[in-house]
Amino acid sequence: MVFKVLSGNGAQAEAARLARVQVIAAYPITPQTTIVEALAEMVASGELKAQYVKVESEHSALQVCLSASALGARTYSATSSQGLLLMHELLHWASGQRTPMVLGVVNRAVAPPWNIGADHADTMSQRDTGWIQFYPESNQEVLDTVLTAYRLVEDPEIRLPAMVTEDAFYLSHTFEPVDVPDPETVDRFLPPKDARAILRPGVVSRLGSFTGPDHYVGFRHQVAEAMDRVLPKLQEVESEYARRIGRVLGGPLVGYRTEDADAVLLTLGTTSTTARGVVDDLRSSGRKVGMAKLRVFRPFPVEAVRQLARTVGRIGVLDRSFTFGALGPAASEVRSALYGIPSPPSVTSFLSGIGGRDVGPQDLRRVFEALLVSEAPGPRWMDLETSGEVAAHG
Amino acid sequence: MAKLTIPRQELMYSGHAACPGCGPALAMRLLLKGLGPRTVVSVPASCWTVIATPYPTTALGVGMLDNAIEATGASISGLRAAADALGLGDLNVVGFAGDGGTADIGLQSLSGMLERGTDALYVMYDNEAYMNTGVQRSSATPQGAWTTTTPVAGEARGKLEPKKDIMAIVLAHHPVYAATLNPSFPEDFVRKVEKARERKGPRFFHVYAACPPGWRYDSDQTIELGRLATYAGIFPLYEVEMGRLRITRRMGQLKPVEEYLKAQGRFRHFSPEEVQQVQEQARARWDDLLARERAANPPERAAVPGEPASPALPPPVAGEALGRT
Ligand SMILES: Cc1ncc(C[n+]2csc(CCOP(=O)(O)OP(=O)(O)O)c2C)c(N)n1
Ligand code: SF4
Ligand SMILES: [Mg+2]
Repeated sequence: MVFKVLSGNGAQAEAARLARVQVIAAYPITPQTTIVEALAEMVASGELKAQYVKVESEHSALQVCLSASALGARTYSATSSQGLLLMHELLHWASGQRTPMVLGVVNRAVAPPWNIGADHADTMSQRDTGWIQFYPESNQEVLDTVLTAYRLVEDPEIRLPAMVTEDAFYLSHTFEPVDVPDPETVDRFLPPKDARAILRPGVVSRLGSFTGPDHYVGFRHQVAEAMDRVLPKLQEVESEYARRIGRVLGGPLVGYRTEDADAVLLTLGTTSTTARGVVDDLRSSGRKVGMAKLRVFRPFPVEAVRQLARTVGRIGVLDRSFTFGALGPAASEVRSALYGIPSPPSVTSFLSGIGGRDVGPQDLRRVFEALLVSEAPGPRWMDLETSGEVAAHG
Repeated sequence: MAKLTIPRQELMYSGHAACPGCGPALAMRLLLKGLGPRTVVSVPASCWTVIATPYPTTALGVGMLDNAIEATGASISGLRAAADALGLGDLNVVGFAGDGGTADIGLQSLSGMLERGTDALYVMYDNEAYMNTGVQRSSATPQGAWTTTTPVAGEARGKLEPKKDIMAIVLAHHPVYAATLNPSFPEDFVRKVEKARERKGPRFFHVYAACPPGWRYDSDQTIELGRLATYAGIFPLYEVEMGRLRITRRMGQLKPVEEYLKAQGRFRHFSPEEVQQVQEQARARWDDLLARERAANPPERAAVPGEPASPALPPPVAGEALGRT
């Protein structure tokens, strides 16, 4: 075990190295570039024995990983924003063809206008593609999540692709000490990929195919069932990780001071750390608040959210993107998860940090204060309420 | 009697779902005969998605990976990378895509694969339109041809634009081997497949693939039509190896194109002037090939005193030297 000072992007690359990925394909986009540069160095120096396919687009990057995974290789790619959107059709192919893989996604705003700041619109708009989605809050969690994601997605009962996201710049370009497990320990946790792929040389097989309505629904249902197995399997994988590597990841929804709380704020990604600090502050002045980090957005942890809702009167959901014509995407999910439970809490949709807006303690204090006095459903665009200050700060 | 050079082994099964007389079906059959069983084929959305038959059956005796219509080049880069990573160096990695999936929506992916020097064979079967979706024009549709999106009605006389020259595009990437193939010439076809199989690096086939319903002719004429296509200079057969062009089916005299055009409903509206135009293009195409062949293989020149010796050929453009993926 060694501590390295790594950015979130560095943590992605370290994790891919430790996972001994065999095929890498990627196309550069800010703020993902340092991931693929680091991997290029590792491959060039011989530190990582992998085929690195330098493709002409993200679309091809994903297809390279897809086809390589279909033949049995462990693959890695990383992208962001526009790149992820360009992959859209193939995201469906990856889940439908049951090709396990891990994709690092640096969450960045979607154009127009061009903006490279942190924003979840890119991954949220891909939530229906059959990919597992993780939203870590620290560089350590990025590394740990990538490693557990490989173990999870390659499980024969899962065989689905996963995205491990990081907030642009707040993680991707911010350095912090990361405890990097030694390769032998990781090897024991994550053995080489079982290469018994459907597609094999000398074997008559077809992966993809076409079907009429008679079989098609069966294939879709299999993907749905695999998704349903993800959270129980994740629990197993995370226990194994804790046992071997010594770090507890906490499952899909990680609560903090939620017991006896009047109001709980759900967060995704880096706002979680800030929210935890604000909860402590407010608690010390007698306000009964808590927070819960939504680590996994797909599959949505319905049971965990319901469990939380049993003891809480008000839930706020802090989204870093908006679903036009609806609410913040996580807020919509929370509402639908709570439908039909006896005496449900109110659910308020808050939007903050859009397009890289900083979400500081004062912003979250405002969110909690609003949550404590009102059950209004929202959406509340918190960034707009503070735009004067931001402009004044230049 | 000459010895048959076509391997007996069938790696495409009967019971496939192609129309009678389907050129793309013949192309696949001959291709797999030449490649053998250690082959994986990546196939985008196209008629071949359907020809290969629906789940849970398959028409191929090798592994087949379906891929998105625009992604075949990337798919074979991925298959190759995985094969190399997994120690399956002897695996024949093949992309088998239509003209639409190659020359239109998949052109970027093809270019990427060629430029990266992927060690794989990309086959474009050219039925000169989007057949799977019902005979819409592609950039490979010949000038003047009728398709459902280039109708012949009123002033409109089929496709306005000339056929895209996919071989020129491919050759600009300097692949190790590129060739035109026609299932009506099976020996030539299989010989080129076997040759390509032995090469390392990016390889490309442009395959003539007649389509009776799309071209509007009777399905028992596919082989005959293919012969006419080559004999009339519509689809000459040649190969380009390390930059050197060689014609593989030599004709003393080109047949008139008229017979070829007359045989197909998609050209039925052609006026004598339009036929003449195609004739001139065929002539020019053939002359150009002859000239390129001569340029690639100049006759030995006797040294004339006082003149510099015949210039050395430029080194062949070697895909071999490119990085592999
Ligand atoms: C992104 C996308 N656009 C359109 C289609 C619809 N589509 C399926 S096959 C096809 C035509 C393919 O033409 P070609 O590659 O020439 O193959 P052919 O059908 O002629 O065998 C089209 C347009 C698709 N599957 N995917
Ligand atoms: S439409 Fe043409 S290319 Fe498609 S299966 Fe029928 S004959 Fe073959
Ligand atoms: Mg076609």
